[in-house]
Amino acid sequence: MAHYLLSVYQPAGGEPPSDTELQEIMGNVAQLQREMQDAGVWVFSGGLEAPDTATVLTASGDDVLVTDGPFVELKEYLGGLTIVDVPDLDAAMHWARRSTEATTLPIEVRPFHWAP
Amino acid sequence: MTPSPSSAEISRVFAEEYGRCVATLTRVFGDIDLAEEAVQDAFTVALVRWPADGVPPNPGGWIVTTARRRALDRLRRDAVGRDKEELAVREAPPEETDPEEEGPVRDDRLRLIFTCCHPALALPARVALTLRLLGGLATPEIARAFLVPEATMAQRIVRAKNKIRAARIPYRVPRDADLPDRLPGVLAVVYLVFTAGHATAAREDLAAEAIRLGRLLAELMPDEPEVLGLLALMLLTEARRPARTAPDGTRVLLADQDRTRWDHDLVTEGLDLVRRCLRRDRPGPYQVQAAVNAVHASAPDAASTDWRQIVALHDQLLALAPSPTVALNRAVALAETEGPEAALAIVDALAERLDRYHLLHAVRADLLRRLGRDDEARAALDAALARTDDPDDRALLEARRD
Repeated sequence: MAHYLLSVYQPAGGEPPSDTELQEIMGNVAQLQREMQDAGVWVFSGGLEAPDTATVLTASGDDVLVTDGPFVELKEYLGGLTIVDVPDLDAAMHWARRSTEATTLPIEVRPFHWAP
Repeated sequence: MTPSPSSAEISRVFAEEYGRCVATLTRVFGDIDLAEEAVQDAFTVALVRWPADGVPPNPGGWIVTTARRRALDRLRRDAVGRDKEELAVREAPPEETDPEEEGPVRDDRLRLIFTCCHPALALPARVALTLRLLGGLATPEIARAFLVPEATMAQRIVRAKNKIRAARIPYRVPRDADLPDRLPGVLAVVYLVFTAGHATAAREDLAAEAIRLGRLLAELMPDEPEVLGLLALMLLTEARRPARTAPDGTRVLLADQDRTRWDHDLVTEGLDLVRRCLRRDRPGPYQVQAAVNAVHASAPDAASTDWRQIVALHDQLLALAPSPTVALNRAVALAETEGPEAALAIVDALAERLDRYHLLHAVRADLLRRLGRDDEARAALDAALARTDDPDDRALLEARRD
């Protein structure tokens, strides 16, 4: 089995979904997570706060530099993530397909180089 | 053992067996790079041994056996490979078995095609990997065929192989339920190789390679009508190659070709495949394009072409896979059944979307000339000439302008 990161990409400053739309999306996401758990592939999921809540720490000599805001400002940002443990890319893509349908947002699939 | 094979004979074995051997070794070792290196090593040994000993009765089996030993040698030299060595020893048949058993499991090459043409790889990477791993083409050859710098092509292949390994793209034929999603990606690669080979006479080898892959798919997936349709389309197109070039090297259009120069064995084979597709009655875009070519192939001369049938097939094709170029081809056929005026209305409606395509203007020029609108026809020919650098295209257009 191998771990894959399914990242949810969210457009920055886009029109946010209405409350009813958001409720439907959250329901679909929760349902999908249950399915992943039942299939025994789910490792972790979470939704992230907006990038402007981020803080970056950078080691520099003996010092650690602290900056307010995200590491890079992009047109799209990481809105949430799921980690699955599956045999191969086809299986990871199956869950990514389900995730993009549930969230209505693009999902990036990336294999982990190593995982505990 | 046959005595003293020529190097041409060894090249032929290479072309026929390379993909099969790489596919088998990839299954055994689970590592494409190792499989490729070992098969290349084995052919190097063959080049030394076979001229003296003769070609073995089962050359593919000989290459696989030799390659497996070479791969194990490589792994033994490489401590990191210990696990893989154990795996290979466990999965490999005993050394003494009949050479036939050294041969591939029937589906090895099919597995390899589906891996090379995985949707997670970009189309140019799929094409390059398929030609390299199944066709045994060297990276510089592939680079030349697609007019890409050699370093770019090498990088593309390395990156794709690395992704297969790192992202664990599986080495298997998709389940039946997934085939409708996955098969078109494979067929698109084969057809792209074919059209690259057909565009210029100098790349005949690519067309031959595409047909080889098409035959392989038809042999391994005989129940997929689109697989048969693609093979039929390629064979019927390839059949016209001998008539496509005039003695002075310029291109001859379908309507002006000497049909006695067509390759009639390929025509017969293509028509048989089209009939097999019709019996299945599960039409798809490749089958319909093959059927269009079958109508042309069945006409003894251009004047007796069944244009009504060709219009009907284009209607079907537009329903299956709509595209402006299909609509343009339909208009060409419609000019023969409904006259140039009706066709011109359709072509004019496509003009905006296909403005950069020289054939749109060439077709327009032809229709305008038939309507006696000579000044406009000349302007359309100039527009066509302004949109192509291909010397064959330009020669045909210039001949019509004078």
